[in-house]
Amino acid sequence: MFNGASNFSHDVDSLFLFTLIVSVFFLVLITGLMIYFVIKYNRKRNPKATNFHGSTKLEITWTLIPTILVLIMFWWGWKGYSKMSDIPENAMTIDVTAQMWSWSFKYANGKVSDSLYVPVDKPIVLNLQSMDVVHAFYIPAFRIKKDVFPKQNRVVWFEADEIGDYDIACAEYCGLNHSYMYNKIKVVSEDDFSNWLYGSFDTETTK
Amino acid sequence: MNETITVPTNGKHPSYLEYKGKYKGFLGWVLSTDHKRIGILYLVSILSFFLVGATFGFLLRLELIAPGRTIMDPQTYNSFFTLHGVIMVFLFVIPAIPAIFGNFFLPILIGARDVSFPRLNLLSWYLYIIGGLLAIISIIAPGGAADTGWTFYIPYSVRTGTNVIYALFAAFVLGFSSILTGINFVTTVHRLRAPGMTWFKTPLSVWSIYSTAWVQVLVTPIIGITLLLVVIERTFSVGLFDPALGGDPVLFQHLFWIYSHPAVYIMILPAMGIVSEIIPVFARRTIFGYKFIALSSVAIAFFGSLVWAHHMFTAGMSNTGQFIFSLLTMIVSIPSAIKVFNWTATLYKGSIELAPPLLYVLAFIFQFAIGGLTGVMLGILSIDIMVHDTSFVVAHFHYVMFGGTGFGIFAALHYWLPKMFGRMYNIKVAKSTFWLVFVGFNLLYFPMFIMGWLGMPRRYYDYLPEFHIYHLLSTIGSWILILGILIMFTNFIVALIRGKKITEKNIWGGETLEWTIDTPPIHENFLEIPTVHEAPYEYKQNETDIRQFQEVK
Repeated sequence: MFNGASNFSHDVDSLFLFTLIVSVFFLVLITGLMIYFVIKYNRKRNPKATNFHGSTKLEITWTLIPTILVLIMFWWGWKGYSKMSDIPENAMTIDVTAQMWSWSFKYANGKVSDSLYVPVDKPIVLNLQSMDVVHAFYIPAFRIKKDVFPKQNRVVWFEADEIGDYDIACAEYCGLNHSYMYNKIKVVSEDDFSNWLYGSFDTETTK
Repeated sequence: MNETITVPTNGKHPSYLEYKGKYKGFLGWVLSTDHKRIGILYLVSILSFFLVGATFGFLLRLELIAPGRTIMDPQTYNSFFTLHGVIMVFLFVIPAIPAIFGNFFLPILIGARDVSFPRLNLLSWYLYIIGGLLAIISIIAPGGAADTGWTFYIPYSVRTGTNVIYALFAAFVLGFSSILTGINFVTTVHRLRAPGMTWFKTPLSVWSIYSTAWVQVLVTPIIGITLLLVVIERTFSVGLFDPALGGDPVLFQHLFWIYSHPAVYIMILPAMGIVSEIIPVFARRTIFGYKFIALSSVAIAFFGSLVWAHHMFTAGMSNTGQFIFSLLTMIVSIPSAIKVFNWTATLYKGSIELAPPLLYVLAFIFQFAIGGLTGVMLGILSIDIMVHDTSFVVAHFHYVMFGGTGFGIFAALHYWLPKMFGRMYNIKVAKSTFWLVFVGFNLLYFPMFIMGWLGMPRRYYDYLPEFHIYHLLSTIGSWILILGILIMFTNFIVALIRGKKITEKNIWGGETLEWTIDTPPIHENFLEIPTVHEAPYEYKQNETDIRQFQEVK
C-alpha cells in the first residue's frame, strides 16, 4: 500500500493513513449506529416511536468535531503541497516533452532519452511542455503529478529516495493511445548517472 | 391558481391518468401541461437514457475485464466513456430527481395545483428531448462519436475529428432545459405554497429542490456560453482557448468547472431531499434537526458554488488559489456531514419498518458517507496530487452520483411509484433485488479506490498487469449490478401492467400532503387548496402517547 520512493511520499502516505483512519472511524460509527437502530427499534420490537425534534448541543458537537478534523487535514495537506511547489535552487534541470503518446527527456548537455535517468538523492526539476494537447506527468511511486500544456510552462520537482525503475504515466486523457503513454524513470547512483549522461555507460545493462 | 376549477365529467373526479383534456391518446401526453403528466414523460425518457448510459458503462467494464483488447478497440472505448459520461451526467443524473419527482410531487408537496409556468414546463421537456436527440445524432452521424470525455478539455476537443459539435450542442440545449425547470421551481416554491405553509413548515425535499433550482438558474448559463465558445473555437479558430492560436486552455477548465462542480450539487441535493423525506416516514417519528437539514441544503448550494477549482489542483494554479479552493472544499463537507448525522439520529427510538424505500435510503447514507469521506481526501492538496485523475476519483464520484443520487432515485421510485400509478410492485422481489444492487454496486466501485491509490490512471483502455485483480472484481460487480437493475425495472413494469391496484391514500403512513390526496392523484391534485397548520413529519400520535404515558405515571 505504501511503496513510495521520493522525498514527498512519506508525508503524503502518513496524511493518507491519518485521513483513512478518521474516515473508517466515522464510517463504522454511522453504519454501526444505523444497523443498531434498525435492529433495536424495529417496528416489531418497538411499535411506538418517540419524537425527538433535535438537540442544539449535539448539532454543535457534530459540526465542531468534523470542522476541526478537516482543518487539521487541510493544513497538513497544504504544508505537504507547499513543499512540492517550493522548487529548490540547486536542482538539476531536465526538459520534458510530452506528445501523443510518449514522453521524451532532454538534459542540459543536449542528450535526449526515452527513459528519465536521474541520480538518487538529488533534487531534480522538470520543465514540462506539450507538443499537442494537455497531458499530465505522473509518477505514482513518487506521489507527483502535474498537467502539461502546450505553449505554457509547468515545473515539477522531486528527490528520488531509492534506486530502481518506476513508471511514468499520462494522467490527463489525451486521445487514442492515452493508456499506452508509459515511460520509465530509472533512478541510479550518482556515478552511474554521470557515466550514463556522458555516454560511457552501457545503457543496456540497467534494463 | 386558486380559482375554482370546473371538472369536465359527470360529478366524478378522474385521476390525471384518465383525465380527458383537449387532446386524446399520445397527444394528450405530449401536449399536456399537467405537471404530473410531464413528470411521467420525464420518467420514461430519463430512465430510457439511464439504460442507454448503463449499457455503455457495462460494455466499458467488459472491455476492462482483462489487460489488452477484449471486445473493442481504443477509439470505440474512448467514445464509449465519453457517451457514458455525457448521457449519465446531462441526460440522467442532473435532470432525474427535479424533472421526474420534482415535477410530479413538488406542487403537491406544497399544496398547489401545478407549477407556476406549466407551458414553460412542457417546453423544458421538449428541450430535453431535443438535447437527447442531438446526443443520439452525435453517436450515429458520420465522423464518429465524440471521444473527448464529458469534460471536453481543450485543445483535444478542438483537434479531434469526431462529432464533438453535436455533443456540445446537446449539452447546450439540455442546459436550457435545466435553467427553465429551475426558474419554474424557484417561482413555484415562492408563490404557490399553500396557506399556512411557512418556510419552516415546508417539506425537506422542497428545500433541497429549491436550493438546487437556484444553482441551476445561476450557473447553467456559464456552461452554455462556454460550450458555445468551444463550438466557435472549433468552427472559426478564434483563439480563445486553443494555445496554438494564443488562447488559454486553463481558462476553459475554469469556465467548465464553474458550472460542472455546482452541477455535482445539482445532482446530489435533490437526492438528499428524498432521504430526508423517506426516513421519518419509515421510522414513524419526526425528523431530527429539521432546521439544520434545511439550512445545510442552502449552505451546500452556496459553498458548493465556490469550490470548482479543486478539479484543477494539478493544472498549475497560483498557491493562493490552491490554498483557498482546498480550504473551501474542506468546509463544504461540513453541511453534508451535518445531514448524515441528523439522518442517523432520526432512526433513534423510531418504529422502523425496513420497506424497500428505506433500504435504498440506508444504502444511500452508507455509500454517500464513503463518497463524502473520500471527497474530503480529494480536497486535501497533497493527497489530491497523488490520486487526481486516477480511478480513485472515478470511484469517489460514482459513490456520490450513483451510490448517492442513483440510490436516491431508486428509493424515490419505490416510495412514490405506487402513488403515481395506483399499482403496487412486489415488495418481496424489491427487497431481494435491493441486495443484488447493493452488493453489485460496491463490488463494482470499491476496487477502484484501491487501484486508484496504487496509481491506476482513469480513462485507460488498457492497464498494467498488477491492476488486473481489481478490474476483474469490478467487472464482476457490474454484472451483479446490471442484473439487479433489470430485475428492479421488470418488477416496476409488471406492477404497472398487472400489479395490485391500490386506492388507499396513504400507503406508507407519510405526513406530507401527497398522502392526503387520491391515489393516483386527480387532475387538479386538490379539490380545495389545503391550509397547513403543522410542520411536516410531526407524528403527533407519538407526542400524545408520551403525554398519556406521563399522566399514567
